[in-house]
Amino acid sequence: MEYVSPEGLRLDGRRPMEMRQIRAEIGAVAKADGSAVFEMGNTKVIAAVYGPREVQNKSQLIGDQALVRCEYSMANFSTGDRRRKQKGDRRSTEISLVIRQTMEACIMTHLMPRSQIDIYVQVLQADGGTRCACINAATLALADAGIPMRDLVTSCSAGYLNSTPLLDLNYVEDSAGGPDVTVGILPKLDKVTLFQMDSKLPIDILDNVMQLAIEGCKAVANYIREILLENTKELEYRRGV
Amino acid sequence: MLHNKSFVKKTKAGKVMKQVREHYLRDDIYCGAPFCKVCDTSAARLSDSASTVLVLDTNVVLNQIDLLENPAIDDVVVLSIVLEEVKNKNMAVYNRIRAICSNSLRKFFVFSNEYHRDTYVKEMSGETKNDRNDRAIRVATQWYQSHLGDAVKVLLITNDKENKRKATEEGIRAETVESYVKSLARSDLLDLVVRPSSEDVDMEEVEDLRPSKRKVIYTEHKPMSEITSGLHRGIYHQGKLRVNRYNPFEAYVGSESIGDEITIYGRTNMNRAFDGDIVAVELLPQDQWREEKSLSIACDEDEDEDEDVHLAPSSADDAPRTIPQQGSIGETNPISSRPSGCVVGIIKRNWHSYCGSLEPMPMPAGSGGVAHALFVSKDRRIPKIRIQTRQLENLLDKRIIVAVDSWDRQSRYPSGHYVRTIGEIGDRDTESEVVLIENDINSRPFSSQVLACLPPLPWSVSSVDLTNPIRQDLRNLRVFSVDPPGCRDIDDALHCTALPNGNFEVGVHIADVTNFVHPGTPLDEEAAQRGTSVYLVERRIDMLPKPLTEDICSLRADVERLAFSVIWEMTPEADILSTKYTKSVIKSSAALSYVEAQARMDDSRLMDPVTTDLRNMNSLAKKMRLRRIEKGALTLASAEVKFQIDTETHDPLDIGMYQIREANQMVEEFMLAANVSVAEQILRSFPSCSLLRRHPTPTREMLEPLLRTAAVIGLHLDVTSSKALADSLDHAVGDDPYFNKLIRILATRCMTQAVYFCSGDLSPPEYHHYGLAAPLYTHFTSPIRRYADVIVHRLLAASLGIFKLPPIFRDRPQLTSISDNLNYRHRNAQMAGRASVELHTLIYFRNRPTDTEARIVKIRSNGFIVFVPKYGIEGPVYLIPRTEKGGGEWYVDEQQQKIKKMDGSLSYSILQPVTIHMEVVEPQPHRPKLQLTLI
Repeated sequence: MEYVSPEGLRLDGRRPMEMRQIRAEIGAVAKADGSAVFEMGNTKVIAAVYGPREVQNKSQLIGDQALVRCEYSMANFSTGDRRRKQKGDRRSTEISLVIRQTMEACIMTHLMPRSQIDIYVQVLQADGGTRCACINAATLALADAGIPMRDLVTSCSAGYLNSTPLLDLNYVEDSAGGPDVTVGILPKLDKVTLFQMDSKLPIDILDNVMQLAIEGCKAVANYIREILLENTKELEYRRGV
Repeated sequence: MLHNKSFVKKTKAGKVMKQVREHYLRDDIYCGAPFCKVCDTSAARLSDSASTVLVLDTNVVLNQIDLLENPAIDDVVVLSIVLEEVKNKNMAVYNRIRAICSNSLRKFFVFSNEYHRDTYVKEMSGETKNDRNDRAIRVATQWYQSHLGDAVKVLLITNDKENKRKATEEGIRAETVESYVKSLARSDLLDLVVRPSSEDVDMEEVEDLRPSKRKVIYTEHKPMSEITSGLHRGIYHQGKLRVNRYNPFEAYVGSESIGDEITIYGRTNMNRAFDGDIVAVELLPQDQWREEKSLSIACDEDEDEDEDVHLAPSSADDAPRTIPQQGSIGETNPISSRPSGCVVGIIKRNWHSYCGSLEPMPMPAGSGGVAHALFVSKDRRIPKIRIQTRQLENLLDKRIIVAVDSWDRQSRYPSGHYVRTIGEIGDRDTESEVVLIENDINSRPFSSQVLACLPPLPWSVSSVDLTNPIRQDLRNLRVFSVDPPGCRDIDDALHCTALPNGNFEVGVHIADVTNFVHPGTPLDEEAAQRGTSVYLVERRIDMLPKPLTEDICSLRADVERLAFSVIWEMTPEADILSTKYTKSVIKSSAALSYVEAQARMDDSRLMDPVTTDLRNMNSLAKKMRLRRIEKGALTLASAEVKFQIDTETHDPLDIGMYQIREANQMVEEFMLAANVSVAEQILRSFPSCSLLRRHPTPTREMLEPLLRTAAVIGLHLDVTSSKALADSLDHAVGDDPYFNKLIRILATRCMTQAVYFCSGDLSPPEYHHYGLAAPLYTHFTSPIRRYADVIVHRLLAASLGIFKLPPIFRDRPQLTSISDNLNYRHRNAQMAGRASVELHTLIYFRNRPTDTEARIVKIRSNGFIVFVPKYGIEGPVYLIPRTEKGGGEWYVDEQQQKIKKMDGSLSYSILQPVTIHMEVVEPQPHRPKLQLTLI
């Protein structure tokens, strides 16, 4: 199948190095300590953060740092067919774990010992790249909750189809079965905190694809920073400073 | 820059599902005109001074691709929506239009109208997909007109009346193909224009044109929906239609649903299907299943077709299909148990262009006008094709290419259009060209991009190569090559050194082609596409450019060359103790021919080192050969012939059977051993992506013709295993010396050919090579002329850790498609070689009527088929003149495989030698054929 036309356009009209349109909104869940909605094209996720708060299950309490918990789920209406998915299936357990580890790496957990931070992410609409969107939403929500972090974590995926590296795969490209590289970085520190790949890729091409994904992450980081700044300004204005 | 417009689409994937796809509309898609002031012109393709820009409608691309390929049509904008529609309807046409668009000499520009902000159109409610696409084409045309301004005339070319009318209403200039081509005033172009089929045209028009053709000849094809449901319910069967090469009125459809082949008799039942079409077949009621008619040589229906003299087939793939007889002839109502059926619909057409000539016809009155002519294809499986031409007088004695456009129910023959002329009929170059075209062989010179990949000439081994740690310096070894006389692409050389411990070091050195052909380069892609070199009688079509084939890679004598070597240590009993693979530098000390090598070995006075090596190798090879035969390898025979060609005129001077010497067998033995060793090595390293070669075990049905013939002459053949067959073939010695070879030839043609495959696609027991009785086999020894060997070289290098495995090997479907292509090319190359030999046989016998001895190989009701060993040809001999029906004087004894005269005075039985007279006759002008008559 032709995923990139000889004219250099992908199936949805993007060029290989282009991301989908991204949009973010802070404060979608009033009850939560921090929350955000993050959209990458037709992929839409919502994240809510509770904490730091008292550890609910005392047996899990950690003496010198905060406990980070994460739950990923997909809304039943998020995909085309309304299938009721079981909670806690293999895929969502794995993604929950991935998100938790990624977030844990940037939260300064040692500042909040004996406490617990809960991150809930739910996919409202799925069109490929849900993992990345969830991490980005979680970052925003954590920042909104005022939880101390080393840096923002941002994530983006890239793939390799028709001998072309492609940034930010959508569902159709994702299900092509080609390599799918998901990268999460700390943009300021220039460190990679997440790296996953499906399928095989020669090492020299992997380098290109990974660089592309990192570029994507940086673009997301810039956008997220803008959103946060805007949000802060608004808060400032409301307080009348 | 990005505009997000999601749109909703409904697709059917078992159930109806709503799907949402993003669709980004852009403002950075340019018009492709270099004179445009607004757009970025770096990728512009149209000409600088284009006064007219053509925009094509989908139906124009689909039907008039031959016209578009003509360089007279230029400055064309191809819209992405058109490409998409073409892709969905006909992949072959899509590939052709894509090729035109990427050709830098043509001025075709692809405009992605679907992604352009101003030309994207949304489907309106109540509008069909087709109407929307037509509207999109009109919108894009209008955009072009307003974008480029009044100085340029933007013309929409469409054959769709409705679209043209709407375009004119909207103020767009639109024309049909005919009127546009007429305005160019080029009569040769007009022949390329495809006329709309009469089903598209209004009924009255047809009446005016050809009132006699109102009769409906074929039944209507069922609509696609009915076919799909019929296939689902099991009343129709889907399969590929294959027309009998020797009887165009008989076809087979291999159906998976009933697990048997369905036979289709006659054009009416074939219902306009062509060879290679995917069709839906309905079984006929059982009482209409016909007994096979193969007993008679010719099958007359409405056309006069007969069996030709042709080369003796070398394997089951080339042979005419014969189906075992079920009912005996004496029965009053012979009902075959083989299902027969009729075509109810065509799922996928396999139409392409065909080579042939026009049926001779008188010049119509007022020549220069449009004439209707019948085209007869060289390929007998293709029916005659009706074409219209304005240049009849030029075409009558030419070989031409014609493409098929349509076949409607009212006409007996399909209609098509002229594509191009190849040359004079009967001219040797023209006929060779026809052979190449018919077998889809690319004989064009290599492009400049391909030639740019060659190393600079003159090339010699550099110090870099010598110091390269992966390359072993074997220049001190006494390496030599043994090849056919006059061979210029020497890809293998050998050496054999006696070791102090009494063992031998034997090396096979193969030209290191992959050192020059790097994966992913244009050179590599071209070679992969060609797949193999093609050897015709008078010329060779190379897989790699000439400098590589004949110089840089060729392991000629006394020059240093790069090689890939397999080196064994062998005991004097030819047991392999160790195997080593390495890239090397060699210097061949002698390039011998088979004859020379044989003469050296036979001449007991010669004691020079090379001769000693040859003798040592020969004794090893004999032992290896014996061991292989013990394991059950078959010694098969084919009726290969060799021409002696006049160096000046290229006319054949003499033909004879190819003689096989001990030296040939010696070289072959070591090549086989190298191939087997390499196959083991690459499969060990890459179990899922190795390219191997297998030879399927023939089924009992395939061997049936051989067994029947053997039974008649009182020979018992055991076919339970290849070993058993080999033994019984060895025991089949009659009183005449040629008998054994004849039986072997008959056995060979019962088997299919060996094929390449990707090891991941099959399970290990299926890797078996039946003919060689080897569990693993591949091709490693001829990388100059076979692409499979190039792949194997890369695999071997990767398995040794010398080079990285190219990414293509990770893509199993792609590897499978490469091996499929190799099989296809390999087969075509063989067919072309055979066709070339047939052609030269005809030229040879044109002035030399000959009497010769022949063997009867098949008995028919009105004669028999003979095989002429000396010339390797096979053809019918008629006892009853074909014009007389019935005969009556002769009858066939089916049990004894004999044909006898009624009074018992004469009888002919199978394998009996007869003397025949061979002569070239020309029953129809421009159709010379070889005629065999009994003396």
